[in-house]
Amino acid sequence: MFVVGELINGMYPYIGKAIKEKDKATIQKYALEQIKAGADALDVNCGPVSKEPISDIVWLIESIQEVTDKTLCIDSSKPQVIASGLKVAKNPVIINSTTADPEKLDILVPLAKEYKAKLIGLTISAKGIPQNKDQRLELAAVILAHCLDAEFPIENLYLDPIAMPINVAQAQELDILESIREFRIISDPSPKTIIGLSNVSQGLSARSLINRTFLVMAQGFGLDAAILDPLDSELMDAAITSDLILNKNIYCDKYLEAYKKR
Amino acid sequence: MSKISTITIGATKAEGGTRSYNIKIGGEEALPGLFKEGALPNKPRIAFEVWDTLPLDWPAGLSAEYGKALNDPLLWAEKCAKKFKADSICLRLQGTHPDYANKSLEEAAGLIKEMLKKISLPLIIVGSGDDEKDASLLPACAETTKGERCLIGSATQENYKTIALSTLANGHSLIAESPIDVNIAKQLNILISDTGMPLDKIAINPTIGALGYGLEYAYSIMERARLAALSGDKTLASPFVCFVGQEAWRAKEAKVEDSNQGIMWEVLTATALIQAGADLLIMRHPKAIEKVSKYIDNLYNGE
Repeated sequence: MFVVGELINGMYPYIGKAIKEKDKATIQKYALEQIKAGADALDVNCGPVSKEPISDIVWLIESIQEVTDKTLCIDSSKPQVIASGLKVAKNPVIINSTTADPEKLDILVPLAKEYKAKLIGLTISAKGIPQNKDQRLELAAVILAHCLDAEFPIENLYLDPIAMPINVAQAQELDILESIREFRIISDPSPKTIIGLSNVSQGLSARSLINRTFLVMAQGFGLDAAILDPLDSELMDAAITSDLILNKNIYCDKYLEAYKKR
Repeated sequence: MSKISTITIGATKAEGGTRSYNIKIGGEEALPGLFKEGALPNKPRIAFEVWDTLPLDWPAGLSAEYGKALNDPLLWAEKCAKKFKADSICLRLQGTHPDYANKSLEEAAGLIKEMLKKISLPLIIVGSGDDEKDASLLPACAETTKGERCLIGSATQENYKTIALSTLANGHSLIAESPIDVNIAKQLNILISDTGMPLDKIAINPTIGALGYGLEYAYSIMERARLAALSGDKTLASPFVCFVGQEAWRAKEAKVEDSNQGIMWEVLTATALIQAGADLLIMRHPKAIEKVSKYIDNLYNGE
């Protein structure tokens, strides 16, 4: 399971404040804590409060790169913010994200190629969020076809079926899970799959339990990566155990510790 | 790219020891023999097994190669070095086993001191195989050889603590032994690394079976561990040490009058395990060692 730590996001008050005050130590603390907890990559998002996201993303990336060489997931809905971040990124990069809209794909796919970055494609478009599995597959096909045309390596593409809060779209959850399996078989080599996990439990109680139950089920459907809170140790332990059951790691009595030493 | 860690055995004068050279094992980035898939920087190496006591169960065809030298470990090691051009020596302290001669730690340490003076080859030291005895014996060996960068073993789940601490403190690497069980091999590597011993100073003795005695099972365990290691599992990314001679010469097929059959038993066990990823082979019969050395050279030189 490839884990992208979600905590460096300006929508969280402590990060928003740190960005505003250019408090590097707080950003670096959250970077290192997430890595220590098992994150393979770190999401970096200025959040809605940032007035100057084009320069804030640069400051964030440079601050994080001082303390780690882990992969950075440059997260913005604005392509110009992503482009700004790519210019200063020394660590491996994942672009988070494009939608299935041509105006975004036209900018972000060439950028991903130029910077040898991986790319997250959300199966969503200007028309809105898909309502069922078929609409998700259709949007996945649009993104995939665009990447193939642009000769972008498909194994560097992560498709995201868009996790929906259970109280909003309970009837869609199984569709979302099944989409994960179907995204993997729509081309060879197959694209990878990713979800923004915390969406599933947005605004609900028992969030941690819902998150980890969903994650374990999604892993069963073949999920490759998730953007999540790695400091939720029960969530991380469940993900590691799920990988073990799927025979992705060799068992030993200290398998949780082994995962952290890997 | 994930790779197997590299272990150096033997420290030269320039490196603070007294060995005339060192050898390196491990470092692979690909499965055995797949030269085009990744670097395979170090050939598998072979160490001659020398005992601190007269072996009682070696078949005549094997013992005859060493003759009277079997009674004197120093002569024996010297014969390996001079006559058979050994690459390294594996001193097995079988005589310290409580059921064998139950030699004392002092006797073992004394022998090692003499051996270091007499032989300048890289040295691998293995204990009696009795967990309790080895827990005190191997730390004594580690202290006696301080700075010589030996490979010392075997540590098991029952006795790894004292052995790991002393090998680390004295600058050696450690052999971790598990009973043909990849889960225990992984567990033991983690337990040992928890003592502070870096994972890249640990070699795995996966325990092997000779041809006809579980060879395929050992092979599959090694293959599984190696595949996991090359896919990124650092806790299994250790070179393999295989006690080929010990297992091959236990086979009843090796103990027949025609010693050539025993030689072939040892050769075939060794070559199969090289294909499973063996990095250091502990062997017994000089002719078998000669044949396997040629096999390794051919494999690596593409002849």
